[in-house]
Amino acid sequence: MHTLTVSEMSAGLRARKFSSLELTLHLLGRIERLGPGLNAFVTVTADRALADARAADERNAKGDGGPLTGVPVAHKDIFCTDGILTTCASRMLSNFVAPYDATVVRKWREAGTVLLGKTNMDEFAMGSSNETSFYGPVRNPWDHARVPGGSSGGSAAAVAARLAPIASGTDTGGSIRQPAALTNLTGLKPTYGRVSRYGMVAFASSLDQAGVLARSAEDAALLLEAMAGFDPNDSTSVDTPVPRYTAELKQPLQGLRIGLIKEFFGEGLDPAVERCVRGAIALLQREGAVVKDVSLPSLPLSVPTYYVVAPAECSSNLSRFDGVRFGHRCEQPKDLLDLYRRSRGEGFGDEVKRRIMTGTYVLSAGYYDAYYLKAQKCRALIAGDFARAFGEVDVVLSPTSPTAAFKLGAKTSDPIAMYLNDIYSIAANLAGLPGISIPCGFINDAGTELPVGMQLVGPHFGESRLLSVSHQYQLRTEWHKRAPKGYA
Amino acid sequence: MSLTRNQVEGIARLARLEITEAQMPVYVDSLSRIIDFVEQLAAADTADVEPMAHPLAQQVQRLRPDEVTETDRRDKYQHNAPSVAAGLYLVPKVIE
Repeated sequence: MHTLTVSEMSAGLRARKFSSLELTLHLLGRIERLGPGLNAFVTVTADRALADARAADERNAKGDGGPLTGVPVAHKDIFCTDGILTTCASRMLSNFVAPYDATVVRKWREAGTVLLGKTNMDEFAMGSSNETSFYGPVRNPWDHARVPGGSSGGSAAAVAARLAPIASGTDTGGSIRQPAALTNLTGLKPTYGRVSRYGMVAFASSLDQAGVLARSAEDAALLLEAMAGFDPNDSTSVDTPVPRYTAELKQPLQGLRIGLIKEFFGEGLDPAVERCVRGAIALLQREGAVVKDVSLPSLPLSVPTYYVVAPAECSSNLSRFDGVRFGHRCEQPKDLLDLYRRSRGEGFGDEVKRRIMTGTYVLSAGYYDAYYLKAQKCRALIAGDFARAFGEVDVVLSPTSPTAAFKLGAKTSDPIAMYLNDIYSIAANLAGLPGISIPCGFINDAGTELPVGMQLVGPHFGESRLLSVSHQYQLRTEWHKRAPKGYA
Repeated sequence: MSLTRNQVEGIARLARLEITEAQMPVYVDSLSRIIDFVEQLAAADTADVEPMAHPLAQQVQRLRPDEVTETDRRDKYQHNAPSVAAGLYLVPKVIE
């Protein structure tokens, strides 16, 4: 049962081939057996899952269930879940029981999904390897000595290892797409404003967006449909109708105009990764897509721009963790300043502190114009490059990440090397564009098979196109169906 | 090293973060590297470019009617507080 996609599970539940309770018990068993070796979950909500499954079975028996009624899911531990620990993988929130559901959580719950648990992640979503978690690193099911990517690394590992058919994630600079690429999944980051951020612990508010890690584009479409839409609780969520993404998967590849981002096929890209991506491009061409090179000359500015904008927003957002209203408080504070400084010093890990300090510096008097204002202007250049490209092509294509999964500890001592993992994914967040990573092949690294992902980015609210191109590609390829050894 | 130890101590003070003696050199080094790295933005030609604060800048923020829509959930929220009494959050004495 665990190898089924969400669409297949949905069909099985509807045809009464199995109940949601059977499915849920089976997956909880796998989580108990295989979860600890991956460290994919912070909290397993077994009792809640069984209650959800029983309720779903009742709804389905009465015939008033929807396509997701009884389908088990996992949520990244950045989403507030009413009455359930919500840690953001930080010591700061290690005792925080959310008093309400995030909108994404509420919508999936109302659609009838079953909550299996909360997945591990980089602390406050700051990281690209899932090594900054207070609860320890997540391991990649394709090779336990390697990282699953981050920050949604627990969600990626859980779905790749067939512990859950689908999981939520968030993406501020690549945190859905990069782990998807490193674990052979389909990872969708929607347009900024497409999905409500209410109840999603904030990192960088002008970049954060919720999405999904799935085993197929069809599943991603199904779950996006259930999570997208306007929310009065998020003033930046956009009030435009949500398309029926699943109904639009049939759009043909014939005539599709694809732009290859010239700047993302250069120095730093592993030649073995490039070969996989080039192979996928050739297939799309054979199927009638029109491929041309496009140049977006400002894109090399995206990583430095991001590492001004994101830390600046992070330093403001994380000022709410003051040891007063919720979260970690130090022992025996001698005065209010001591309470703030020690609660925050103890509650946050090294990378989070580094980003808060970077942000504090670039926003401080005398430096604002040189760093923050300058970065906002560079951000406008990057967004302008994309806007021009979408005058010529329907989607732009590149690798998702310059390399396949790297070894645990390989980049922890060099923040810049770690930041450069997101060199191809960050620009979409700066411009607020939707992006998807889909499996496109494998490389062999000293006898270890490692998955490779390619990225498609489209214009604002262009999710339908990204999903249909991915679905059409997946109808013609088998890469996305491969499971890591020991988890099939 | 683009940042001095003195500067990093100042940043930590502004950010209300306690950094231990032992950790301080590590932060001086890594923050310097980050600031050196983002320094490359200075070379970008941004004359006449309007700064972009938000990806959907054209979007007009909606106004809602000025009505009470939230119910009082103080007790539930205060469950997560480290120290409360009579509905109030307790902190060390601020005014002598």
